[in-house]
Amino acid sequence: MTDTTAPGQKTGIRISGAFHRLLAFSGLIALVVVFSLASPNFMQTQNILAILQATSVNGVLAIAATLVIITGGIDLSVGTLMTFCAVIAGVILTYWGLPLPLGVIGAILAGTVVGFTSGTIIAKLKVPPFIATLGMMLIMKGLSLVISGTRPIYFNDTPGFTQISLGSMVGSVIPGLPIPNGVLILFAVALLAAFILGKTALGRYTFALGSNEEAVRLSGVNVDRWKIAVYALAGSICGVAGLLIASRLNSAQPALGQGYELDAIAAVVIGGTSLSGGRGTVLGTLIGALIISVLANGLRILSVAQEWQTVVTGCIIILAVYADILRRRKL
Amino acid sequence: MVGGSSERATTPAPAVPLVEMTGVDKSFPGVRALIGAQFDLRPGEVHALMGENGAGKSTLMKVLSGVYSRDAGVVKLDGVPVEITSPRQAQDAGISIIHQELALMRDLTAAQNIFIGREPRRFGILDEGQLNRDAAAIFASMNLKLEPTVKVDTLTIAKQQMVEIAKALSYRSRVLIMDEPTAALNDAEIAELFAIIVRLKAEGVGVVYISHKMDEIKRISDRVTVMRDGEYVGTVPAADTSIETIISMMVGRTLSNETLAIPNTANAPVALEVKNLRRGREIRDVSFSVRQGEILGFAGLMGAGRTEVARAIFGADRKEGGEIWVHGKRVGISTPRDAVEKGIGYLSEDRKLFGLATGLDVRNNIALASLDRFTGPGGVLDEAGMEQAAKEAIRQLAIKTPSDTQEARLLSGGNQQKVVIAKWLLRDCDILIFDEPTRGIDVGAKSEIYKLLNNLAAQGKAIIVISSELPEILRLSHRIAVMCEGRLTGVLPGGSSQEDIMRLATMRETAMELRHAG
Repeated sequence: MTDTTAPGQKTGIRISGAFHRLLAFSGLIALVVVFSLASPNFMQTQNILAILQATSVNGVLAIAATLVIITGGIDLSVGTLMTFCAVIAGVILTYWGLPLPLGVIGAILAGTVVGFTSGTIIAKLKVPPFIATLGMMLIMKGLSLVISGTRPIYFNDTPGFTQISLGSMVGSVIPGLPIPNGVLILFAVALLAAFILGKTALGRYTFALGSNEEAVRLSGVNVDRWKIAVYALAGSICGVAGLLIASRLNSAQPALGQGYELDAIAAVVIGGTSLSGGRGTVLGTLIGALIISVLANGLRILSVAQEWQTVVTGCIIILAVYADILRRRKL
Repeated sequence: MVGGSSERATTPAPAVPLVEMTGVDKSFPGVRALIGAQFDLRPGEVHALMGENGAGKSTLMKVLSGVYSRDAGVVKLDGVPVEITSPRQAQDAGISIIHQELALMRDLTAAQNIFIGREPRRFGILDEGQLNRDAAAIFASMNLKLEPTVKVDTLTIAKQQMVEIAKALSYRSRVLIMDEPTAALNDAEIAELFAIIVRLKAEGVGVVYISHKMDEIKRISDRVTVMRDGEYVGTVPAADTSIETIISMMVGRTLSNETLAIPNTANAPVALEVKNLRRGREIRDVSFSVRQGEILGFAGLMGAGRTEVARAIFGADRKEGGEIWVHGKRVGISTPRDAVEKGIGYLSEDRKLFGLATGLDVRNNIALASLDRFTGPGGVLDEAGMEQAAKEAIRQLAIKTPSDTQEARLLSGGNQQKVVIAKWLLRDCDILIFDEPTRGIDVGAKSEIYKLLNNLAAQGKAIIVISSELPEILRLSHRIAVMCEGRLTGVLPGGSSQEDIMRLATMRETAMELRHAG
């Protein structure tokens, strides 16, 4: 890169961009290889499926967080909002005894409304995203406990409910490959989010907002509207996550949820999305979420204590961001 | 105490000046900021440094205060050649600069600000009492009534400036550089500042006074040095030199650039009319109009309110009153979105901050204001259509970029500017406001931008150009609106002289009063 002609710069960007995507991905591959060599139990179909299943909830939440973070914002409420949506599903299905599709729609709608509210507080009242969603995180936590009477709501009366996450449509077609529906849903959400980010005006404004919000405003774009839309979309994705976790546990656990937002943000950051906005990919976030669950799973198989898993995850976050800083410095 | 000639004690020229700078060169990429510049400062004198924006005053003073290192030339302190390579070194040598934007920590007290980094300690613990006593002593020496323990953000700008001066004195500075110190002060505060300057003079401090305001220069300074285009023009005694002489020294350049043929637009329909626009002190009852195919230049000194007017018209900032008419119809504009819908585009003076989404590629920047038009069924973007439009714009405006997918931040300044222009053209804007369109752009790209603006006008677009460079205004404009302190002080025909513009641009209300009085 001694030659600073523009074409040279272009290839420079491509290479380093690919390099970084490769970095997270090769990190994932390296982990898989290490754990496979360390334990014969790791590379078993059952274990791989368990890892994917474990990734589904955090993956979906991380995708929601990715959208918001690309705008240059942050959403701390994704974890407790997920729980709130699960509780709403519980109310609709168990308390009111309504049919399954209404529960699904209700949970996603609840997430959308709450996301819309956060977005409105941030865009219209100009409350910083960190504060607005910190408040929303506590509000959701409290409301989940209030609505449920602090007791778990079970879905025993809705037989199909556990199938949302644990059933396997693939398995019923190809008996040898029982990929759980939860994993399919994760991939479906990822595809949808990638499509929106890459192909639609909403996606384009998401990146533009994170890149230079004032430039977007001065281009005559209704910045508030698009920002609210992003938070609402993220909220609806949290609704999906709520369904996934409730289905997996066959219950809405109102005390659960806090702390999930940090795992989600960790996956986003490991996946190469910039916390200052304007840059990020859904694929990166998926890889980030997988790295976290592979790590947890592998260390458990090697009988490393849970406490140490947390320490390792923390180190990985710092390393991932440091690698990104090194890359940018070279540019 | 203040007023009259009592402020100007004549200083006999000593054998050795405090500061002597000769043959100073400084170049930045694409710009020669200083070419053999010279300056000298005697103890106990106020030496005004004057020149248009970009004449090199600030650059020269940044060389003196160690912010920039010079490419060539000699700097002597007390007759001894020195190398000042950092602001810290300058401070140790007794040179302090009071910047236009005050550099105070707003949440600390006055005393804490003055001694930041040099706090007196006792047994390793900060000695707040000593700190406040030291600060009080400095205030007393300035004859300034100020509590050392007052928080800086509760002080007026004028008082904050006094704190800055006190800080400079605490370093035992003998050279004090003041860059536009009265920009934010009212007349009473200016008088207070001048009283302190007179006291400093008496103690042998040399003051470099950078200002555009003629009446102040006459009031406070002993000598005036004028710079133009990075070069030294001359030094004259303030008392015996008329304002007219100083202005002609400032603008005395002959226009080397060919002036472009200016078609007559006097009968074209009015595209944009602004009536009685106002907002506080920044915009005071501004009215003007632009015709189709016309370029209206906006001249004025820094802080005259030109950008404020542009942003208020565009809906980027609020307005307190006034009407905006577009193509003969009154319109309500309260957000940039409203303005864009009425066909008004604004190119900000700071492209990186406001104009360009630097992380996005060229294609998306060009399409940014028109994405709704490239949105197909289901909200899917018509990427092919955007590519086509971007490539068309790249061809038409001759934007130098390897491709339309190049990140915008990697383009040169001139080409970034063209990308922003392309954005508005794609949006079909026919009223374009250019705020400092050639700032930070090298000379070759400048003339290309000029040609582009002329072509746009020839196509019938109504164009407003805000520029701090008079030659640029004179070269481009059919008519020239001049602002001073939030007021539109006049609209001149295209061929006006720089002297006429400068006179309107410095037509302060107080200056006018003085003239009436004298």
